[in-house]
Amino acid sequence: MHFLFKTRYEQDISLFRHNGQRFWYALLALALVAAPWLLSEYTLSQLSFIGIYSIVCLGLMLLAGYTGQVSLGHAGFLAMGAYTEAYLQANGWPFALSLPMSALVAGLTGVMIGLPALRVKGMYLSIATLAFGFILEEVVVRAEHITGGNSGMQIGKLIIGGIDFDDHVNFYYLVIGIAVTCVIGMLNLLRSPTGRAFVAIRDSEVSAQSMGINLAYYKTTAFAISAALAGISGALYAHKITFITPDQFGFLQSIELLMMVVIGGLGSIQGAIFGPSFWFFAQQLIVVGKDWLPSALGQQTGLQPTIFGIILIAIVLFEPMGLYGRWLKIRTFLQIFPFYRKGMFKRQKSYMKSERMK
Amino acid sequence: MLQLLQLIVSGAAIGCIYALIALGFVLIYKATETVNFAQGDLMMIGGFIGLSAMTLIGMPFWLAFLVTIAAMSLVGMGTERLVLRPLLGQPAFTVVMVTIGLGYLARGLVTMIPYWGTETHALPVPYKDEVIWIGGEPGSNDALVLSVEHLVIILATVALVALLFVFFRYTRLGIAMQATSQNQLAAFYMGIPVRRVNMMVWGLSAAICGVAGLLLAPITFIHANMGFIGLKAFPAAVVGGFGSIPGALVGGLVIGIVESLSGFYLPEGFKDVAAYVVVLIMLVVKPNGLFGDNLTKKV
Repeated sequence: MHFLFKTRYEQDISLFRHNGQRFWYALLALALVAAPWLLSEYTLSQLSFIGIYSIVCLGLMLLAGYTGQVSLGHAGFLAMGAYTEAYLQANGWPFALSLPMSALVAGLTGVMIGLPALRVKGMYLSIATLAFGFILEEVVVRAEHITGGNSGMQIGKLIIGGIDFDDHVNFYYLVIGIAVTCVIGMLNLLRSPTGRAFVAIRDSEVSAQSMGINLAYYKTTAFAISAALAGISGALYAHKITFITPDQFGFLQSIELLMMVVIGGLGSIQGAIFGPSFWFFAQQLIVVGKDWLPSALGQQTGLQPTIFGIILIAIVLFEPMGLYGRWLKIRTFLQIFPFYRKGMFKRQKSYMKSERMK
Repeated sequence: MLQLLQLIVSGAAIGCIYALIALGFVLIYKATETVNFAQGDLMMIGGFIGLSAMTLIGMPFWLAFLVTIAAMSLVGMGTERLVLRPLLGQPAFTVVMVTIGLGYLARGLVTMIPYWGTETHALPVPYKDEVIWIGGEPGSNDALVLSVEHLVIILATVALVALLFVFFRYTRLGIAMQATSQNQLAAFYMGIPVRRVNMMVWGLSAAICGVAGLLLAPITFIHANMGFIGLKAFPAAVVGGFGSIPGALVGGLVIGIVESLSGFYLPEGFKDVAAYVVVLIMLVVKPNGLFGDNLTKKV
């Protein structure tokens, strides 16, 4: 068992709690840098996808996991980012400008969606985001002169400073670089007064308000940041896929993003990375496992949604903190071996907080 | 004028479907304060059960109708018992997430069942493709053309709502359900088995969705993604005021008719989003809906 003694103030503001963490994260960074030499092109491209989805999941985690606002229309922000990037690139903007623009456009859309959040909350807010998601999708379909409508839109080659970033190794480094920047930014944001305000709103809106937190301002900010991250992710997604159509950003995509976040573990940064990693890993596993199953079962298109649906329900029922929660338990078990007790992470049952007046 | 009437009737028919699904939401929401995102998928399962009963077993329509209702109430009760009840006392978002997962699972699972599959099926109802001409000879321009499918939906909805009214007003179980949804603790003290009643509410709600599925089947056909129509029942429930049964019905009709009219009078594309535009306007102007109660939380 390892006890942490704080002897300097710098330890309080350091991103890593102790040297062990520094060591493991350094190792992870090394592995990420070395990946192109070790992995095949296909695996590397899957890693790029994980990076791209981690960015949008990070944003969704901020909203759902830290601010307690559930968005069922997040794919709409993704679409905003992807189409802004595609449009600006077609008009000759450099990536260094078009990426921030994608984030900005998506972020502004987020503010727009955040505005009803000033009046409604809980389930009503989810329905408002759902409605916005559908409307955004339809707008993309109808704005044919910009987006090409249902027939889709082709994205040009990504060249920054004379280097071809459509090359899978370069693109991988680009994605991982941006993802790591976003993670560090998010870690710092959550330690700032703004981040604390988000968590306070999640835990209790009434008490947050009593402590002088402006609900409207912080909720809108959370939506804006979350949407901006989705915008960045969308821009990268557009370059990765190279051909975008509106139906890639439908309701199902929003649901899947939410599922990734919940499977990863609500309320933890690691969860936002674990979620998409698990999602893509399991997808590969299913593709491989298909051949082992009898063809009547293995060749079904519904196999994947069925498995993911079961996983999600199982996670919510048995492991509400998601994969990250499972990892915490394993780690604690190893750290304090053999003193782990069964009830250490027991979920506290509470009386349901009724939203009714009566 | 005639055209307007025609649009209103067909809008009202679809609106009735929204209303029935919204009714399912509202029943569950009133009883357990959870929002069931799998309601549309329950409707889809109901449609498939009815289809199997008719085409595989060869039952007549009315019998298949009853079988669907019975089977769907079992499905609803089973879902509550197996998945929802272990989550009692958990935050609302947890429950919402599990219902989203159920819907996702149902859409995948249905395509894996032999015969149901990924194809689109037509339900061989006896009144398929029939029309009634009112106020003129068949084929003339000044007659009002009503599709029997639409009329059946409207009439069946009216009958079902009347039945539900009688059920909630006069039967012991119906009154127990009302009591439970008003105050669980008080109901429990009065000797009502609250958990069992909530299970039955799920059963009732699923059965209503099954009916909606059967009624909708002649218009949209039965397929795995039929449940997405259920998403439009959210606007219906919100417009009516979540937690109000008459509100759900009125909300459904409003959404259905607005959709039908905007499909005709507004440019292409508005029809699909009309419901969502209406709900956003409603949320900004009057978040509690037409019939909803005040939702301000007491500390």
